Amino acid sequence: MSQIEEVSIEKFKHLVSARALTGETMLLNMGPQHPSTHGVLRLLLELDGEIVVNCIPDIGYLHTGIEKNMEAKTYQKAEVMTDRLDYMNTMGNNLAYVMAVEKLVDLDVPARAQGLRVILTELQRIASHLVWLGTSGLDLAAMSMFLYCFREREQILDIFELVSGQRMMTTYFRPGGVWRDVPVEFEKAVRDFIKIFPKRIDEYESLLTKNPLFIDRMVDIGHLSKEVALQYGVTGPSLRASGVNWDLRKARPYCGYEQYDFNVPTRTEGDTYARYLVRIDELRESLKIVEQALNKLPLGPVRSENRKFVPPPRSEIGVSMEALIHHFKLWTEGFPAPKASVYSAVESPRGELGLMLEGDGGPKPLRVHLRTPSFDNLGVLSQIVKGHLVADLVAILASIDIVLGDIDR
Amino acid sequence: MGVEQKLGNMGVVTTTLETMVNWSRTNAMWPMLFGLACCAIEMMSAQASSYDMSRFGMELMRASPRQSDLMIVAGRVSKKMGPVLRRLYDQMPEPKWVIAMGDCASCGGVFNNYAIYQGVDEVVPVDVYVAGCPPRPEALIHGVLTVHEKVKGEKFKDLAKS
Repeated sequence: MSQIEEVSIEKFKHLVSARALTGETMLLNMGPQHPSTHGVLRLLLELDGEIVVNCIPDIGYLHTGIEKNMEAKTYQKAEVMTDRLDYMNTMGNNLAYVMAVEKLVDLDVPARAQGLRVILTELQRIASHLVWLGTSGLDLAAMSMFLYCFREREQILDIFELVSGQRMMTTYFRPGGVWRDVPVEFEKAVRDFIKIFPKRIDEYESLLTKNPLFIDRMVDIGHLSKEVALQYGVTGPSLRASGVNWDLRKARPYCGYEQYDFNVPTRTEGDTYARYLVRIDELRESLKIVEQALNKLPLGPVRSENRKFVPPPRSEIGVSMEALIHHFKLWTEGFPAPKASVYSAVESPRGELGLMLEGDGGPKPLRVHLRTPSFDNLGVLSQIVKGHLVADLVAILASIDIVLGDIDR
Repeated sequence: MGVEQKLGNMGVVTTTLETMVNWSRTNAMWPMLFGLACCAIEMMSAQASSYDMSRFGMELMRASPRQSDLMIVAGRVSKKMGPVLRRLYDQMPEPKWVIAMGDCASCGGVFNNYAIYQGVDEVVPVDVYVAGCPPRPEALIHGVLTVHEKVKGEKFKDLAKS
């Protein structure tokens, strides 16, 4: 705190138009504490009356130093950090990380673990979209959406708690598989959800999709063209709503996504309403994947047998000297990874989540870097809000679905 | 329209002004709508259908610090956010209370590094710490009820001193 640098305002004058300097337009701060910035984002707005002339996002209010912290931990222990990145998509973050570790040390993953990973990541995607739907409904004064969406989200969190003991920060996926097999109640809990959820999506749609007030706020607002989206590296539902059919689950299948039959919803309009429709369709598609993966889920081990990287089960430790040694080595030193750099990417609810992992021969990563979707998606905001009203800015910001933990990390 | 019309004359209750004021403060405590990180999502869950904080008179989250009595610091506080948090706290009218929700706000949690305050008590005075990463909504509700207990035991003369 003691070394705060004096920053001259001259450096920032080019960010606003000349009219702001004469006082013709008004500069206004939105955030960091503002209910509709979905976290601690600060937007510096240049307003002409109620029209947004310029919008400058100021990020870093949640900078946590996660990448640096991961470098100080062994490969097993660094995983808990990934949960706290994008806290709506904890399973997906774990997946990106464990896939990178598996690629780095060339570790096999049993088929049952792959199936479980798919089921849980897709449930997480549904949970994330539900939070988005609830909060963006709240932003547009559709209060009841929030209550309905969180009702279903609790059901998903109960499933997570069942398998991992935690509601949000699960750390359930581990390099070489998953933490432990799911309990017997798991299948029934997921089947109950699959049975109940399609009706609930219809319920959300009956409240919003044809609602004239909602359409007035959403249609033709925040138009994002295909070209601009590609230039800014926008991914995820925001890109697919602009007419680009790009989904890593189809384009670069991982975890056995190629076995499942699902569509990638796309729209061509590129406005806020299209982004809403794409996400609603994704809820249905994700549910389809969950159902297929559950039907196909094979029996068998859930963790790799490679004892150099995967700790042995508890039951073996008491009877096998080898197992005890492996357990001791893995939890004191960790496992060494070769000098190499790998990149793994998964389709998070917000877009392409990539993780670069560099090993230096020791048990700790030399460098971890994340390509987080919200960061790139936020970049396009200042382009698409120009000329809209401040009230529309709230709708647009909600529609690109940013998570500040994902941006600032 | 209240219960007194149905029951007629309800008689008289004697109590101290202190008890009366403290009781009324606990039953209409408005938290500030202020989420930082992961814990904010659990705070939203606590407000939503399954847990329903309105049972404790707290369904109304105020977006403005000027209208709220309780600050729930839900999440990690970075060095950049610290001054903002302090300013929000200063803008809240007295009497005010603070809950540090979650491990990060209580003690820095897993983030022992250059970017995060090792506990929000370095920035604002904290009344109740809620443990967990993130705490379950029940844990937050328990924290809120603990604040209520604390408020019920407050003495006017202590407030005058501070």
